[in-house]
Amino acid sequence: MDFSILAENMDMYLEGFLKTIQISLLALVGSFFLGAVIAVMRIAPFKPLNWIGTAYVEFVRNIPLLIIAFLFYYGAKMPGFAAGSLALTIYTAAFIAEAIRAGILSIHKGQMEAARSSGLTYGQAMRMIVLPQAIKVVIPPLGNQFINLVKNSSILAVIAGGELMYQADLISLHTFVVFDVYIFVAIFYLVITIPLSLGVGYLEKHLAKSS
Amino acid sequence: MDFAGAYTPDNLKFLVDGFLVTLKVAVISIILSFIIGGILGIIRYAKVPLLSKIVAVIVETIRNLPLILIIFFVYFGLQDPSRGWSLNMSVTTAAIMALTIFESAMISEIIRSGLNSVPKGHIEAARSSGLNYIQTLIHIILPQALRNMVPPIVSQFISLLKDTSLAVIIALPELTHNGQIIYAQNGNYIYPILILVALMYFVVNYGLSLVARTLEIKRA
Repeated sequence: MDFSILAENMDMYLEGFLKTIQISLLALVGSFFLGAVIAVMRIAPFKPLNWIGTAYVEFVRNIPLLIIAFLFYYGAKMPGFAAGSLALTIYTAAFIAEAIRAGILSIHKGQMEAARSSGLTYGQAMRMIVLPQAIKVVIPPLGNQFINLVKNSSILAVIAGGELMYQADLISLHTFVVFDVYIFVAIFYLVITIPLSLGVGYLEKHLAKSS
Repeated sequence: MDFAGAYTPDNLKFLVDGFLVTLKVAVISIILSFIIGGILGIIRYAKVPLLSKIVAVIVETIRNLPLILIIFFVYFGLQDPSRGWSLNMSVTTAAIMALTIFESAMISEIIRSGLNSVPKGHIEAARSSGLNYIQTLIHIILPQALRNMVPPIVSQFISLLKDTSLAVIIALPELTHNGQIIYAQNGNYIYPILILVALMYFVVNYGLSLVARTLEIKRA
C-alpha cells in the first residue's frame, strides 16, 4: 500500500469523512422523527392513518434508495448534498418506522389499557407509558439502521454529494491510482461502522439479558 | 412532464431490457451467494479453530463496507492500470462478483443464525443416538434451520434486487441505468421515467415480500 496517497490527500479524505458523518447524523435525526410519526400512524386507532403509514412503508422499502435520490437530484434539481440527505431520510424512515412499530407492539396490551382506564388520553398513554418501554426494544435495530445509513450515504458519490466516496473518486481521478485510494476509503468507513456494530452487538446482548 | 413522449414503445422496451439484466444479475448473484454464504455460515457455526475466526473477520469487514465501494473496487480496483493489472472483466461479471461478495457475507449471517435457532437438545439427542457430527448437521440441524432461513433470505433477495441499481456507477445496462439514458435525452422525461422505474422495482419487490410474509405465517 502506498501511504503517500493517504498523506498527500488527507484533507480531501477528511473532508469526505466529516461529510459522511455529518450526513449520516442529519439523516438519522430526520428519519427518526419521520419514522416515529409513521410508526404511530400505522398503529393509531384510525384506519385512514394506518393506510397512509402502511403505503409509505411498503412503497419506500421496495424501491432502491438511488431512485429516490435521483427524483430529488435530477427531478427537483436539488444540489447533491440536499438531495442525498433528503433521500436517505425518506428511505431510512421506512425501516425505522418498522423497528419502532415492532417495539411498540412488543409492549403488552394491558399497559395501554391500564393507562387509558386510569384516565390518560391515547396520546398521553403512548408518550408516557408505552414509548418509554418500547425504546429499549427499539435501540438495537435503530443502531443497525444507523450503520446502514453510514454505508448508504456512499450513494451520494453518484449525485456529487461531496462525501467520502465522492472525494475518493476525485482523488483517484487526479492521481490515476485506484486500488490504494479505495483501500483507504474502506478503512475510513470501517472506522465508523465497526465500532458501531460492536456497540449494537453489545446492546443486543445486554438489553436482552435485562428484560 | 411529458408522459406520452416518455412512454413510447421503444423506451418501454428499453426499460424492460434493463429490467431483465437487473433480474439476471440478481438471480445469478443470489444463487452464488447462497452457496458461498452457506459454506461461510457453516464454518462460523461449527467453530472450526482459527478458520472460523478468519471467516468472522472477513465477513464482518465486508458487512460493514458500503456495497458501492465494493462494486467500484472490483471493477476499477482489480483492473488498476497504475499497477499493471488488467483482467478485462465485463461490467456484468464485475457486478455479479461484487454483489456476490457482499451478499455472501450477509447470507452467511442468516445461515449462522438459522443454524443457531435449532434447539441444542435436538443436537444432543441426535449425537447420543449415535449420529456423528456431520450426520447430525445434515439430517437434524440443516432441515430445521433451512425452514427458518427462507423468509430472511427472501428479504435479502429483495435488498439485492434494489442494490443492483448501484451498478449504474460502472454502467451496467440495468433498469436504473437504462432509465437514466432515456431521461438524459429530454428533461421532460425525468419524472415519468423515474416513476415508472420505481414502480417496476416496487411490483417485483412487493410481490416477493408478500411471498416472504406468507412463508413466515405458515411457519409460525
